[in-house]
Order: sequence, then structure tokens, then C-alpha cells
Amino acid sequence: MSKAVIQRLSAQFGDRVLETRDFRGDEEAVVDAKDWVEVARFLRDDDATAMDHLVDLTAVDWPERGASGPRFDVLLSLRSTTKKHRVRVVTRVAEGASVPTLVEVYAGTNWAEREVWDMFGVRFEGHPDLRRILLYEAFEGHPLRKDYPIEQAQPLVAYRDVRGVTKLPPFGVDEGQPFARIDWRARLAGAHSQVSPALGMVEGQRRTLSDSEAAQALAEKIARTLGETADPAKSEE
Amino acid sequence: MEPIEELEQDALELPAEPMRLNMGPSHPSMHGTIRMVLDLDGETIVNVDVQPGYLHRGFEKSCERGTWTQVFPYTDRLNYVSPMLNNVGFALAVEKLIGVEVPERCQYYRVILGELARISDHLTCNGAAAMELGAFTPLLWLLKVREWVYDVLERETGARMTHSFGRIGGMAAPPTETLADDIREVIPQVHKVVAETESLLLHNRIFLDRMQGVGNLSKEHALGFGCTGPVLRSTGVDYDVRKDHPYMVYDRFDFEVPIGHDGDNYDRFMVRMEEIRQSCRIIEQALEQMPKDGPISIDDPRLTTPDKGKVYTTIEATIAHFKLVMEGHKVPKGQVYGYTEAGNGELGFFLVSDGGGTPYRVRVRPPCWFGLQAAREMLLGEMIADIIPTFGSVNMIGGECDR
Repeated sequence: MSKAVIQRLSAQFGDRVLETRDFRGDEEAVVDAKDWVEVARFLRDDDATAMDHLVDLTAVDWPERGASGPRFDVLLSLRSTTKKHRVRVVTRVAEGASVPTLVEVYAGTNWAEREVWDMFGVRFEGHPDLRRILLYEAFEGHPLRKDYPIEQAQPLVAYRDVRGVTKLPPFGVDEGQPFARIDWRARLAGAHSQVSPALGMVEGQRRTLSDSEAAQALAEKIARTLGETADPAKSEE
Repeated sequence: MEPIEELEQDALELPAEPMRLNMGPSHPSMHGTIRMVLDLDGETIVNVDVQPGYLHRGFEKSCERGTWTQVFPYTDRLNYVSPMLNNVGFALAVEKLIGVEVPERCQYYRVILGELARISDHLTCNGAAAMELGAFTPLLWLLKVREWVYDVLERETGARMTHSFGRIGGMAAPPTETLADDIREVIPQVHKVVAETESLLLHNRIFLDRMQGVGNLSKEHALGFGCTGPVLRSTGVDYDVRKDHPYMVYDRFDFEVPIGHDGDNYDRFMVRMEEIRQSCRIIEQALEQMPKDGPISIDDPRLTTPDKGKVYTTIEATIAHFKLVMEGHKVPKGQVYGYTEAGNGELGFFLVSDGGGTPYRVRVRPPCWFGLQAAREMLLGEMIADIIPTFGSVNMIGGECDR
């Protein structure tokens, strides 16, 4: 459906279109980050492509690429209202590197780029207002990266001290959902990746939360705190 | 004292510094929790910073921890006013990635349930829009008929809102025998209540004054901001995924795509009202055309779980069931973008699979996210009271926008 767009793009940019893909009717073109804005502007303004409708901008993390390529894919999906074709343009960006912003070309990429920064930590050069958008400023890390564990907890805003009232300690650093099918930290360290209950525990696998040292320390701390404030068992006696 | 006419016009104005006002995060007229930081000159909005994210639950991260099927309950909670459309949208995207198509009867069933969900979505949005302008009766009327639509969905799926009824390769259960009768009972009621509501509102001076010419959005801006659905159609672009890129059996139905002219609140309201009628038309045609019997799910043990009876009595079915539940669908390697027309516009799922039984990446393209981003453009230069109808007509749904 959008083969013509890929051909037009290849004719215009030649070798600068690094790779094209066609999977289940979705056409993709990979370009370098330095051509990113130029390609987007061309797709929008050229009469044969006329991609005037922004569809989406997002990213995918590929930490296992290692030396074979930069870590993040940034994907821009576009559509034409007149020609009714679609295309996806992809650029690759290494950790810590940045992609030029598209806000001048498509105004709607403003929030999308902020979200990619928020979730993946990919910077957009020249973005007018690159703040976190879904998470809060004090959030540490970028949660959609594969090496961000799903059970990771964040330091919450500190409790307000009230005299005479003892509160439970804030969440521990690894509290949260205790189980995922893939342990990415272990996988990136070279261990077997699947941890479905059907397969059982695998060597190199981090222990589940309930028997980790941090969890036990936390349980003791909670017990201590509760013991200090009141001992319900004693008072009932 | 000099007569008042001789004073300069400006001299009557009080000197005013621009004022910064926080609206929200928890404001009674906000659909969900959202914060707006307003810079005001008197009552005129000079600048507005819309801050979503208060309902962020890590949808996309959560999808990466289970199987493909385990995503369905999460999708219910995206646009929770029309969860069936999200179920169907996700199922279609995964089926595109696998490269299969569900049986014809299932496609009709999905269309019917999806259009019912769209009706309930628009009824809620328009009812709330009227209520926020002080007209409480339309809300009660529209929600009354929405409850009847939910009753039909409840009889079909077992749940009023969080259906989790979609499955990869089919639906959870075949249609009930009373489906057609139930729907044929509700549709005339929908028509009746929509007409009654319009007769209440469309001659109402207050309603018209606050909707017409307020919150305008131009065609070019709407496209550049990535708006879809009623927000885009109200500006005069006739983009509807069901017409432009027909999926399932939508190319077999005769229906119109309503568009507006000015892209103001009134147009967005009217587009939704008309879409309710068009959805009714689609449902009626789908009920006519739907095959009376036939399979509802693909008969393939790699995709759908076998009948419970067989699971309990034969070893083959037990194994197939076990493998699907414990290992998940073996979705081939690749990445696709599957998109459908949801209540608020193009709901897209960008899916990446690495060949394992777990989604590698699930990106939701939430339609109201892009509409909400354009809300700044609609609000600049308007009065502070216009935020309420404008924000309401964008129909930001927290679950979908913040994920």
C-alpha cells in the first residue's frame, strides 16, 4: 500500500535510506539520525508522498544489540489524508545520544517526544520543553528500558512528620510486582531468559522478592516499627 | 466629574498583571485527574500548560511481563467507557502480527459489540458535555439509555464495563441466542433518546452560545497534532479508519462519516451525535448479514483454547490448553502497527514480538492523547469558563491518555 512512498524516499535519498522493511503490509525505512528532520519534512511536503497527518512517534529498547548497533529505535508513523498511504520511519540512537526534534515539522510530536524522553531517556535536540510528561520530576530512571525491573519501586515523597504518630516506613527499593516472565537483568547478564512457572527456577535468576534480603530486612523493619508503636497482641491480653 | 463617555476606553479597565492559576489536578469538571496551569489576563487565557499523567499505571511496562492474552484485561482499562473497542483493537493487532483472520461470524460479532461500545462512549461524552453546561437532564437521559446498552453487553460478555471478552483468534464465547432481539429492542430507544436530547439542547441559547465558535481548531493544526476521530472530523477532514482503511467487514456496510466545518465544540458534539445514529445503522445491517451459525474462533490449538469439555476428557486438549496458558501464544518475530477506529479516534497498537511468548513491546497510540495536546491550541484566547466545554468535547479519558 505504501510501497510507492518507500520508492520515492529511496529515489530521493539514495544510500541515506539505510534499510527498508516490509512486514505484513507495514513499510519501514531506516534513516540516520542526522537525516531525521530532512526526511520527515520531505515526506510532508513532497507532492507524491504528502504525509500531512502525524500518527505516532515512539521508541523501542534493544539492549541486546550490543556492538551491532545503537540501542534505541525511534519510530515515526505518518499517514497521508489525500493518498491514504502510511509509512514508518525509523532511526537508531545510542544510549546518551540524541535525535533532532520534529516539533517544527509536526507539532504533535511535542508530547510524543516528551514521552519518549520520560520512558526511555532518549533526548531530543532542540525540543522547546523537554520535561517528563507522564511521570513526576523526582522519578529516577526511565521505566520502559528493559533493564528497569518492573518491580522497581521509587522513592516516594517523604512522609510528613507528625508528633506522637509513628508511620510505616516508605516502600523499599525493590517492592512492587514480584513476578515477571522475563528477568531482564539476569538475561542481560547472560542467564537463561524465560522464567515461566512451567520452566521453574533457572540458574542466575534473581530470587523472588519474598525471599530476597531486601524484602526480609523490610519485613523486620516493619515489624520493629509496629512493635514500637503498639503491640496489639499484648494489649489484647 | 467628567462624563463617563469622555473617558478613554482603557481607563475603565483595571490594571491587571497576568495571573497564574492552577486548575486541577482534582477538579470536579475534569474527566479524570489532570492539571492545567493557566496564565490569565483577566479571564482570557494567555497560555496553558496541560499536564497529564496522574493516572499513569505503567500499561506498556505491565504488558511486557505476561503473555499476549494477559494484555486483554489491561486494554479494558484504557478507554473504560468503550472497552470492547480496545479488546477488538488489540486482538486485531496481534492477529495481524500472527497473520491470521478470524471467521466471518466473529468479525460480525466484533463489529456489533464494538459499535454498541461506541454508542455508549458517545452517549457518555455528550451527556457529560451538556451536564457541565448546566443541563442535567440530557445526562440522565443519555446515561439511562447507556445503561440499556450496557445491559446488552452484560448479557453477552458477563460484565458491564471490563469485559475482557476479546481473544487472540476469536472471542471468549459465541453470541447468545437473544443477541438480535436484545439489540433490536435497544436501538429504537437510542434513536428516541438522542432525538429528545437534541430537541432539548439545540434550541437552547445558553448551550449554543457556549458551544458554537468556542474551542476552534483548524484543519492543518488538527492534522499536525495527530488528531483523529471526532476531533479531526469536526474540522472537516473525513478521516475514519472504518472507511479509509476498512478492517473486518466494515466495507460491507452502508454508513456515512459525519464531518463538521469549524472544528468548534458544537461540531464535535454534533459529530458524536450523528455517529451514534450511524453506529445504529451499522449494527442493524450487521445483524442482518451475520451468519446464523458457524465457528466464532479459529480452530487451531496454537491460537485458541479447546472446549473445556475436551480439556477435561482428552490428553491432546489438555496439552494444548496447558501450553497456551503457561507458555502463551508463539507470536512470530516482527513489528506491526494495528489500528482501528475507537470512540475517540484511531486507536493503534504498535506491537513488537521477539518470538517468545511474551510481548517485547506494546505501544498504545491513544487517540485522546493527541486530541488533548491540541487542546492548548483550542483554548488560547478563550475565556476561562470555556475550558470546561472544550475539555469535555475533546473527551480525554484518563485511562487511555495516561495509560
